[in-house]
Amino acid sequence: MWQWLYKLGSPRYFYDMTTVFLPWLRGVTYFLLIVGLVWGLGFAPPDYQMKDNYRIIYIHVPTALGAMWVYAMMAAMAAMHMIWNLKLADMVAKSCAWVGASYCAVGLVTGSFWGKPTWGVYWIWDAKLTAMLILFFIYIGVIALRSAFDSETSGSKAASVLTLVGVVNLPIIYYAAQWWNTLHQPPSDLGGSATGANPPEIWIPVFFTGFGLIGLVFLLVILRTRNEILWRERRAQWVQDLVQGEPRRA
Amino acid sequence: MLSVNALHCERDERVLFSDLSFTIKLGEVWQLQGANGSGKTTLLRILCGLNHDYEGDILWQGEPVRRQVEEFRAGVFYLGHSPAINKTLTPLQNLRWFCAVSGFADDAAIMAALAEQGLRGYEEVPCRHLSAGQQRRVSLARLALSPASLWILDEPFTALDRFGVAALERQVAAKARAGGAVLLTTHHQLRLDCELQRIDLDAPRETRA
Amino acid sequence: MSRYSLGVFGSLRATFTRELLILWRNPGDIVNPLMFFVIAVSLFPLGGDSDPAYLSGIAAGVVWVTALLAVMLSMESLFRGDYEDGSLEQLLLSPQPLYFHLLAKVAGHWLLSGLPLVLLSPLLALMLALPQDAYAPLMIGLLLGTPTLTLIGAIGMALTVGLGRGGLLLAVLVLPLSIPVLVFGAGMVQTALAGLPYTGLVALLGALLVLALSLAPLAIGAALRISIN
Repeated sequence: MWQWLYKLGSPRYFYDMTTVFLPWLRGVTYFLLIVGLVWGLGFAPPDYQMKDNYRIIYIHVPTALGAMWVYAMMAAMAAMHMIWNLKLADMVAKSCAWVGASYCAVGLVTGSFWGKPTWGVYWIWDAKLTAMLILFFIYIGVIALRSAFDSETSGSKAASVLTLVGVVNLPIIYYAAQWWNTLHQPPSDLGGSATGANPPEIWIPVFFTGFGLIGLVFLLVILRTRNEILWRERRAQWVQDLVQGEPRRA
Repeated sequence: MLSVNALHCERDERVLFSDLSFTIKLGEVWQLQGANGSGKTTLLRILCGLNHDYEGDILWQGEPVRRQVEEFRAGVFYLGHSPAINKTLTPLQNLRWFCAVSGFADDAAIMAALAEQGLRGYEEVPCRHLSAGQQRRVSLARLALSPASLWILDEPFTALDRFGVAALERQVAAKARAGGAVLLTTHHQLRLDCELQRIDLDAPRETRA
Repeated sequence: MSRYSLGVFGSLRATFTRELLILWRNPGDIVNPLMFFVIAVSLFPLGGDSDPAYLSGIAAGVVWVTALLAVMLSMESLFRGDYEDGSLEQLLLSPQPLYFHLLAKVAGHWLLSGLPLVLLSPLLALMLALPQDAYAPLMIGLLLGTPTLTLIGAIGMALTVGLGRGGLLLAVLVLPLSIPVLVFGAGMVQTALAGLPYTGLVALLGALLVLALSLAPLAIGAALRISIN
C-alpha cells in the first residue's frame, strides 16, 4: 500500500501511467458526452411546462456539482502536499483550481441562462447560485495567490494553506447562503426537482452528460498535471529524452 | 553541537550548494565565505530553521532538528539582515519583548547590555530617533541577553563604526571562550584572538548535474 | 541575579502589550480605519436616498459591510511592520508556542481596531435611522463577529505579507471567506427588526468565533512560515 502510494507520488510514474490509460479515459469521456448531449439536446422530449429551456440542466447540474467535488479533491491534494510535502499532489491541486474555476464559471453562466426564461431575469440571488458564486471567488483567490508568488515552492504552499482554510469555510458558506435565502425570499429550486416528475427520456441523458463531465474533470486535470510535470521536471533526464525523442510539431 | 550532513539546496533552478557537510563544536568560531549570491544567507536561514527548502540532515546535539524543535530554537540565536527592532518602540521596550519571547525578564541585564553598546541615556528614546548605527547596536545588545549557545550572525558588522567592530570581535571571541559557538558571514577582515574555521561556498565541490 | 523566568503566560502578555503599544504609538493605524468606517457609511445616504425608511432597510447591511472592509484595511498594521523589521523572524524562531503568541497578537490588534468599530456602530446606526430595538443585536453581532473577521483577515495578511503589493490580493482572498459572518451578523439585525428571537444567531456567531479561535492561528502560523521564507 505505502509502496504503491510512494510510487504514485513520483511524477514520472504518474506521467507514464497516465500515458497508458489516457486514450481510454478520452474515449469513454467523449462517448458519454456525445451520447448525452445528442440525446439530451436532440431527442429528449420537451418538458410540458418549460418547453426546451430545461435542456440546460444537462450541462448545468453536472458542472455545478462537479465544481464542488473538484474543490474537495483539490483540498485533499493540498492536505497531502502540506503533510507529506508531495510535489505531485500540489501539481494536481494546481490543475484542479483551474478546472474547478472553469466548471464554476460554466455552472454560473448556464444558471443564468436558465434564470432568464424561468424567473425573467439573468441573475437572481438564489441560494445555490450565490454559494456557487462564492465558490468561484474562492477558486479565483487560490489561483491569484499562487501566481502572486515569484517562488514556486512558496506559492504552492500558500495556495495549499488557503485551499484548506477554504474547505473549512465552504460548508459554513453553503449553510449561510441557504439561511440567508430563507430570510429574504422563498427558496427556489434550480434543476433539482426537474428530474423527479419527468419521464426517463428526460433524465437518463443527465447520467450520460453527468459521468461524461466527471470524466472530463479527470481528463483535464490529468492533462494539465502532465504539462505541469514536464515543465517542473524539464531538467530531468527522462523529460529531455521524451522531448527529444518526439518529432517536433510545427 | 550542530552538524550538517550532505546538505543540498537549489533555488530558482540553480544549485546553491550540494553535498555540504560540517560540524560546529562548542568553543569554535566559523566564518562562512562566498561571493555575493553564493547562498550564504540562504544557508544561514536554513540552519536556523527559517527556510525548509533543502535536502540533507541537520543535527542538533546529535539528534535531527525536526525532532526537538523547541530545544533547538532555545539554543540558537539568529541575527539577520533586518534588525528586528521596532522603530516606534524604545530600545528598552524592544529588548524586553526579545527577552520575553526567549522566556525571561531581566531589566537590569537589558540596561547593562545597552550601556555596553554605548547607548546609555538612549534607553527610553524611540528607535526611529536613533541613527542607523545606533539601531544596529540595539539589535546587537541582544547578543549579551540571549541564552542561546550558538550564534548565527548574518553580516553583523554592517553599519558599525571602528570601535563597534572591535567590540563585536571581542564579544565573538569571548563567546567561543565561554563555551559557546559562533557562525557568521562577513566581508570584513576578521581580527579575532581565537581560532577561526572556514566554510567556503565558492570552493569547487562535487556537484550533481 | 535579577533574571527570572516569565513562563508562557508572562511571555504572551509581553506580545500582547507590545502589540497595544505599537498601535498606540501609531495612532493613524487605529484612527484611519475608524474614519474610513464613518465616512464610507455616510456615503450611502448621499449616494442613495436620505429617506429614513430606505436607510433603515439597508442600515444593518451597510454597517456590517463597511465594518468588514474597515477590518481588512486595519490588517496592514498587524504583520507588515514586524515582517519588514525582522521581528517576525524572531517570533517564529522563539522556543515559545507560536499558536498562543499569534492569538495574543491578534487579540491586542482587535482591542484597538475591532472593538472601536463595535463602540462606534450605534452612532452610525443612528445616522442610518436604524430603529432602537436593533442596536443591541447590531452591537452584540459586531462584538462576536469582528474578532472572527480579524482572525480571517490575519490569515490573508499572513499569506500576502511577503508579497509587498498584497493589499488588493488580501481583499480577494479574505472577503469571500468572511461572507458567513456578514450574513449571520447582518441577518441577526434583520431578524430582530422582524420581531423574531435572535439568540440562535448569537450562538451561531459565537460558534464561528470559537472555530476561528481554534483553527485560524494554525493557518496564520503556517502562512507566516511560508511568507518569511
